[in-house]
Amino acid sequence: MLKPGKRLSLLLLLVVSSTAWSELIIRVTQGNDKPTIVAVSPIALNGIAVKEDIAAIVEADLQRSGLFRATPRRDMLAFPSRSSEVYYRDWRMLGTEYLVVGSMRAIDGGRYELEFSLLNVTAQKREFKHSVRGRASEMRDLAHLVSDKVYQAITGIKGAFSTRIAYVTATRNNGKFTYRLNVADADGAREKLMLESPEPIMSPSWAPNGKDLAYVSFETGRPAVFRQNLVTGARQQLTNFKGLNGAPSWSPDGSKMALVLSKDGNPEIYQLDLRTNRFSRLTRHFAIDTEPTWMPDGKHILFTSDRGGTPQIYKLNVASKATERLTFRGNYNARASLAPDGRTLALVHRESGVFHIASFDLKTRRLIELTETRLDESPTVAPNGAMLMYATKQGDRGVLAAVSLDAGVRYVLPARVGDVREPAWSPFLR
Amino acid sequence: MKTSFSKTGMATILFSLVLAGCSSAPVDETSTDIEDTSVQTGQVDTSAIDDSAMESSADTVFYFDFDKALLKPESRAALLEHAASLSSNPRSVRLEGHADERGTREYNMALGERRANAVKEFLVLQGVSAGMIEVISYGEERAASYGSNDSAWALNRRVELK
Repeated sequence: MLKPGKRLSLLLLLVVSSTAWSELIIRVTQGNDKPTIVAVSPIALNGIAVKEDIAAIVEADLQRSGLFRATPRRDMLAFPSRSSEVYYRDWRMLGTEYLVVGSMRAIDGGRYELEFSLLNVTAQKREFKHSVRGRASEMRDLAHLVSDKVYQAITGIKGAFSTRIAYVTATRNNGKFTYRLNVADADGAREKLMLESPEPIMSPSWAPNGKDLAYVSFETGRPAVFRQNLVTGARQQLTNFKGLNGAPSWSPDGSKMALVLSKDGNPEIYQLDLRTNRFSRLTRHFAIDTEPTWMPDGKHILFTSDRGGTPQIYKLNVASKATERLTFRGNYNARASLAPDGRTLALVHRESGVFHIASFDLKTRRLIELTETRLDESPTVAPNGAMLMYATKQGDRGVLAAVSLDAGVRYVLPARVGDVREPAWSPFLR
Repeated sequence: MKTSFSKTGMATILFSLVLAGCSSAPVDETSTDIEDTSVQTGQVDTSAIDDSAMESSADTVFYFDFDKALLKPESRAALLEHAASLSSNPRSVRLEGHADERGTREYNMALGERRANAVKEFLVLQGVSAGMIEVISYGEERAASYGSNDSAWALNRRVELK
């Protein structure tokens, strides 16, 4: 593709940004000091009508990671779509280190194939060629797969652009509340409504298969834990006890769920065997025990307890029921979310009366504050461990934000309407 | 998702590692198929939720200090009035516990329940039948006052008798 096509592509980009991103728009507020410069040449469409600007989606993905800066499309001297069309010298002059080129073609059954290559401009060689196939409605999926491949080839870390987030929004009109549980792509696009209710919805949690969500809904007038399949929409109420029914967390193999019940008088951690529907009690203490999350070994659960006087993170051995206190710095450490390395915890930490998201290393026991705003909560780590998302406040409104686990990269996902809270990052979906 | 591999070429060490085990592959050419990614919306069965009217004219909202579930002295008079009314004229009541927005949501659910239980215990000690009292915590999900400041937070740390 040559330069005249440029104007059309830019126009397309504007249309995309105003319509397709219905709820969430992303601003990167802080990036890496020395990002890799990558250029994504507009994909040759060969006459196929594609609503999305695939190259722009890939650019946005890579830039959002904070590890990349995109060569602006307006600076490109040509829009090559295959490696044989590339004049490496032109790209070197722009400071571009890597170049992505690709083209689309129609294949059988209303499907399309996007063939793309990652070119190393410095070494003047192709790193790889890959093709992804999908329907017209899956162009964003194709774009995120391109991002995943490129990200992994350059950083060595598996890309998480093809993942999703679940989150809850709340709006109030004339004193009437509406709570919504939504699922969107990790970049906030393609938001889908999973559940709408006049009563609170809380604590979404992904099953390890990425196809089921557990959450708390008050639709019966009391809190109850439900599970819902994303593909079929089928729902099932899992608990109906007196008192708290909350904080569901799936075990790594998906066969069990840890949750909180206060039917015995005060909040305790329980385990629900999803095959037998049997509940077994795991904690026994008059204090608050809540917010269980499984460790990757499936044998330990981290939870929040105020049994020591203030909320702190504890580790529970499921078999022996032995508990061990993990956090000591500060008078509030709660809602642990474990990174996939099984070693780094993200948690809510209060320092001088202000709530931050902090990381806590289970080996060195070091706690590092990652965020600087007030009232930060609900950290959820991406399945590749590179970023974590959390809920925070902008003015009086809840928004979602993300920060890398080394605190070097940040971005905010502001919503246009309502209060957004409780993000839950999906596992890898493919 | 199925991943298939075609032929030829040399690749970076990284990709060789990723693709290791695929014998017939051209090491740097691969492909991926998208699976169905549709999402279906679930349905709430909106059963009406009972907000029965109050009988006593005493205050029905009781406030608490941050991270505390101790009844305040100023709640005492109204609670004694409710206790007397409920003892002489038993009816089922609902105690809804709430927390301010600070701290985590599930911990605040527990805190809201602890506050509602403190009110329940007081009423039971005054002779109200425990079986007539239902405790529900809303945590920080149902703020009475919006705003992230001390006065809004003070209004949200509460138990409502309904």
